[in-house]
Amino acid sequence: MFPKPIEKQPRAAQITYQAMLPLALLLWLGPLLAVALFSVKPAADFTNANYWGMPSSFEGAFNYGQVFFNSDMPRYLLNSFLITVPTVIGAVALSCMTGFALGIYKFKSNLWIFFMFVAGNFVPFQILMVPVRDLTLQLGLYNTKTGLVLFHIAFQTGFCTLFMRNFIRALPFELIEAARVEGISEWRIFWYVVLPLMKPAIAALSVLIFTFIWNDYFWAVVLTQGAESQPVTAGITSFNAQFRAAYQLMSAGSIVAALPPVAMFFLMQKHFIAGLTLGAVK
Amino acid sequence: MTAAVDAPEQESWFHRNQQRIAPWLFLAPGLLFFMVYVIIPVFQSFNLSLYEWDGLGAAEYVGFRNYEDLYWELYDRDAFYISLKNNLIWLILYLAAIPAGLFIALFLNQTVWGIRLYKSLFFFPFVISQVVVGLVFTWFYDPTFGLLNEFLGFFGLGPLNVLGDERFVTYGIIFAGLWPQTAYCMILYLTGLNAVDPEQIEAGRLDGAKSWRMLWHIILPQLRPATFIAFVVTIIGALRSFDLISIMTQGGPFGSSRVLAYYMFEVALSEYGFRMGYGAAIAVILFLIMLCFIAYFLWSMYREEKGH
Repeated sequence: MFPKPIEKQPRAAQITYQAMLPLALLLWLGPLLAVALFSVKPAADFTNANYWGMPSSFEGAFNYGQVFFNSDMPRYLLNSFLITVPTVIGAVALSCMTGFALGIYKFKSNLWIFFMFVAGNFVPFQILMVPVRDLTLQLGLYNTKTGLVLFHIAFQTGFCTLFMRNFIRALPFELIEAARVEGISEWRIFWYVVLPLMKPAIAALSVLIFTFIWNDYFWAVVLTQGAESQPVTAGITSFNAQFRAAYQLMSAGSIVAALPPVAMFFLMQKHFIAGLTLGAVK
Repeated sequence: MTAAVDAPEQESWFHRNQQRIAPWLFLAPGLLFFMVYVIIPVFQSFNLSLYEWDGLGAAEYVGFRNYEDLYWELYDRDAFYISLKNNLIWLILYLAAIPAGLFIALFLNQTVWGIRLYKSLFFFPFVISQVVVGLVFTWFYDPTFGLLNEFLGFFGLGPLNVLGDERFVTYGIIFAGLWPQTAYCMILYLTGLNAVDPEQIEAGRLDGAKSWRMLWHIILPQLRPATFIAFVVTIIGALRSFDLISIMTQGGPFGSSRVLAYYMFEVALSEYGFRMGYGAAIAVILFLIMLCFIAYFLWSMYREEKGH
């Protein structure tokens, strides 16, 4: 283990380390903790310039109540879910198949198609912006959740294919060969042999894509504009315009908007990190 | 009668060629989506960059005039020049996330009580959206009540209006961006450190290698895959910087914090008018910059594939 395990070091070093951990964390999350503090303060604290002192009264319930019952925030949250969940399902389903095709079969253009998915995944969004917006307008899907979902599925398929293909490559190929010898059709091999083995990859990708899509801002701005279809990342700017200078409400709103992917991360931590660090170890 | 004969024959043709056809059937839906929404639009943007178009009326072919205009903006040190310069600053400074992430990973790579929770909490900034990161740091920098100025005031310095000052604004935004990016690099390195060969470390210790030499000669070479991924995601992240700028400054003050990604959006889709062709030309430039890196990544991957 590197660096040297702390328990093999002098007692003084151990105590210093134990003391530094919470301090470092406090420093690291400082800006976020500040927002959390703001979100439970009463409005009066801001007019009285009591920014950093203790809240003069604890107004957390009131502030978060305002966010949930007196703004468009629940609407935006619902939109985010209705955009994120279908995208996750669609992108994972498509990439299970593309990953299977590129991971199992040997054919001439295999590597080129794979590289096309990888390269497409890296292009700057701006080069897609005008044509995709135009296409979405022509399909009559501008300012709809469907329009956003279709694009997200397509774009995320690039990353998901990279992920799935590498995962399938690492599976024991003998399993598939054995199934072929038995005369099992390719579709049934995919469905009954490979897919059950892909469960960890599917779980990892699902949480990753959930976070990516939930946090998307650019495409939300380009393809939607009103409260009826905007996800929470784009909605929060209108929310902030509505509550201009009401820092306690803007803070509460930000925390609510950030929460779902955070919850997802803590619930599915193992899968999340496995997905994110795929390839970081050889 | 003929149908009865044909059917088994057709089935056997499919059966015989199954392994050749199957990959294409599996690829078809994903490939179709990806073509329509990603690959074809790239070429459409290239084409569009040769036109002048307001997004509604007819597009007018102008040849390379959009690029000529960009050249003059570069020459006059106008918006395009500033965006390009800021992109370069982003690219260079964003790379600081890699050593910073390694540093935190080394700090946290212990097995004391509660360390798993610490690791998760250090990773936290990466999970929240850049929009929220932008808001958090806008308040952090706020000249009247921001945490930064409270801190500076403690030493009798400031107040400093980071986001309102042309000299500091880009650095301020990059600093905000480094927060989640460092967390990402940290988690890559933590995973990498987990897989470092303990025997080699022991051998190094027996040889009397000091910490720094050990890190440089034994640990870092084994962390190469993690470093490569950290490099890829950091470069991509730097060139994709849009959310933070849009939330924190909208390119201001006086356009001094624009980058190409933001400038393109502003030109093509803002209240100043829809100049789609000109925007496409900016996007093409950004794409070509990215293409250098994409080519390098693919080349690395290709070498690895052949190595197997």
